[in-house]
Amino acid sequence: MKVKKGIPLIDQHDKNGFYGGKFGGNYVAETLKKPIDDLSKLFDKCRKDKKFLKERDDLYENYVGSPTRFFKLQNLTDHLGGAQIYAKMVSDANGGAHKIYNAITHAMLCKKAKKKYICTDTGAGYNGKMFSMVAKKFGLGCKVFMGTRDIERQKPNCDAIRKNGAEIVPVTSGSRTLVDAVSECIRYWVSNCDKVHMGIGSLVGPNIFVKICGWSTAQISRELKVQLEDEFGEIPNKLKLINCVGGGSSAYGFWSEFFDYNKKHIELIGVEAGGPKNSKLHAAPLSKNSKIGILHGAAAYCVQDNDGQISETESCSSGLDYPSCSPIHCFLKDVGRARYTVATDEEAFSAYKLVTELEEISPSLEPAHSFAEAIKIAPKLDESNIIVVNSCGDSLKDRDIIKKRLGNYIR
Amino acid sequence: MKSQISLAFEKCKRENRPALLTYTVAGDNSKKKSLEILKSISQYADIVEIGFPFNAPTADGPQIQNSTYRALKNGFKLKDAFQIVKNYKKSRNAKPCILMGYYQMVYSYGENKFVKKCKQAGVNGLIIVDLPWPDNKKFAKLCRKNSITFVQLISPTTSKERMKKIIRDSHDLNYLISMLSTTGGKLKVSPKRILKNYFKIKRINKSKNMVIGFGITNKTIGSFKKADGLVVGSALCKGISDSIKNRQNPVIKLNKMVKVLKNKII
Ligand SMILES: Cc1ncc(COP(=O)(O)O)c(C=O)c1O
Repeated sequence: MKVKKGIPLIDQHDKNGFYGGKFGGNYVAETLKKPIDDLSKLFDKCRKDKKFLKERDDLYENYVGSPTRFFKLQNLTDHLGGAQIYAKMVSDANGGAHKIYNAITHAMLCKKAKKKYICTDTGAGYNGKMFSMVAKKFGLGCKVFMGTRDIERQKPNCDAIRKNGAEIVPVTSGSRTLVDAVSECIRYWVSNCDKVHMGIGSLVGPNIFVKICGWSTAQISRELKVQLEDEFGEIPNKLKLINCVGGGSSAYGFWSEFFDYNKKHIELIGVEAGGPKNSKLHAAPLSKNSKIGILHGAAAYCVQDNDGQISETESCSSGLDYPSCSPIHCFLKDVGRARYTVATDEEAFSAYKLVTELEEISPSLEPAHSFAEAIKIAPKLDESNIIVVNSCGDSLKDRDIIKKRLGNYIR
Repeated sequence: MKSQISLAFEKCKRENRPALLTYTVAGDNSKKKSLEILKSISQYADIVEIGFPFNAPTADGPQIQNSTYRALKNGFKLKDAFQIVKNYKKSRNAKPCILMGYYQMVYSYGENKFVKKCKQAGVNGLIIVDLPWPDNKKFAKLCRKNSITFVQLISPTTSKERMKKIIRDSHDLNYLISMLSTTGGKLKVSPKRILKNYFKIKRINKSKNMVIGFGITNKTIGSFKKADGLVVGSALCKGISDSIKNRQNPVIKLNKMVKVLKNKII
């Protein structure tokens, strides 16, 4: 089992959709076999179609706004006194996070499939917001499935979704978070797959959804590669790319150009949600060595109990609060190409505090987990090391949580 | 040797009626009650389907989800499902029994160990909702080796080509999903159209039994008498929910409901 060079990682699955022979697949109800097959064929065709690609690139340039900025965090670097720290400001993207890339592809595919409706899941509300934006732009009806716990804690994004004319469908089952939202969204698709296109909000789900998502967010690392060469004249030879991992869509997008490099040259570090410091609950199946489980159509490391039931998770960041993860990250973990670790809620909040005090940026609580790892490792490294953090979300959506936790929220 | 499931269908054919298959969830609303319910409804049911709960089901409607969460809240463990079947099979009216659930539970338990446990408990058939053909080939073979019928599902979206392959690889029983829906949806297609599709599929191999499920209630069941068998699930799960709400005994309530269903198809 190893990463093949020169082939996009999303395409390194076997004929049954498994990466490394055991992660991923298509564990779906019979009803979804045909819609998934249709979508796979459509996607294969479109990704080779020059017109489709041009339309996408135009949207990235003029609608998302590319490239998102890349710059040095000089104050943070000086403060920590070790490795040089840079940020890739993916939160510059229209809507405020990386979820826009995947949403655009899905809206384009929905149009190509001649469907008038689109549905998706959301945790942090960003994916829902981006789908509501593209639905409006493309003239599609849009339903967003969201756990009621997340509806309570991510109000600004919910307001945006509704303002764009999409419907939020509250999900009250289970832990009332992302895991239940995805289940409900898939159930809705089972009943309405003849008329509705489904997009999954991360690098998870049946194989085709993993592929579409990774293909879309890959834009991030195409930009980064150019920006690194501009800044350093070459790809720096001690580079560390730090990204938070919920489902793993932003991490894949951030890393996709760099899998072929030696890990001593470019180290890929994924940060999962460790949850509150004193809680047994977490959302870190990769770092905490969870067993493989079958959730939402794919086999992947998954937080579960001894009886196979999916466990509750806990994290201050809705976007990372998911018990499973992408089959691709399971594969990267097992082959040792990426390293996965956790940051606790406490560490994420203090990272947020430090970064916003020192720099003119304001990452949401998901990338605050990535900054927490950067803050941990930077002082131990010398300045020949370059750390780049994907600041993949804007803090505005976490306004209320931050205010409650830190006493104030300043922008 | 013919399976008990096939024998049950033969008996119904001799009586010139479809088989009645019930679906209830193991452990709903308690281990003890779910066993009592099974024993009681077996007075009228020909085959009992028993769901083993999983907390992230992607094809169940609200009624079955309610049953599932109720069972889990009451501390249900997978081993209880095997125990319930084992005890049920010792009862006087015991009918062939099909366990139904999601692949995560099987995977986490271990395929071999799961099938062995099923065999020991007396399970006659298995439906794994999210293990479609051809991914189920290996597991279906394992079931066959242990004399357990692996039931294949066919849906309105299944292409003709695919159907042929599914039926070719199927054991003695297949399950036609009546419409695009999770379980328990309102019947959004006319029974006439569902039956037309049903007989078209039957023609692929007449010797294999095929039941129809999803959206079947006491209101609609009478229109499907020509099928080999009919599955009623969500309506029964709702019956349990209702009886709990109204502080009635779910055993008595379900017995009555299944009696009504049976009367509509004889
Ligand atoms: C800002 C932000 N970052 C990260 C994530 C985690 O998702 P993923 O791991 O797919 O990037 C989310 C998910 O909602 C998010 O909104």
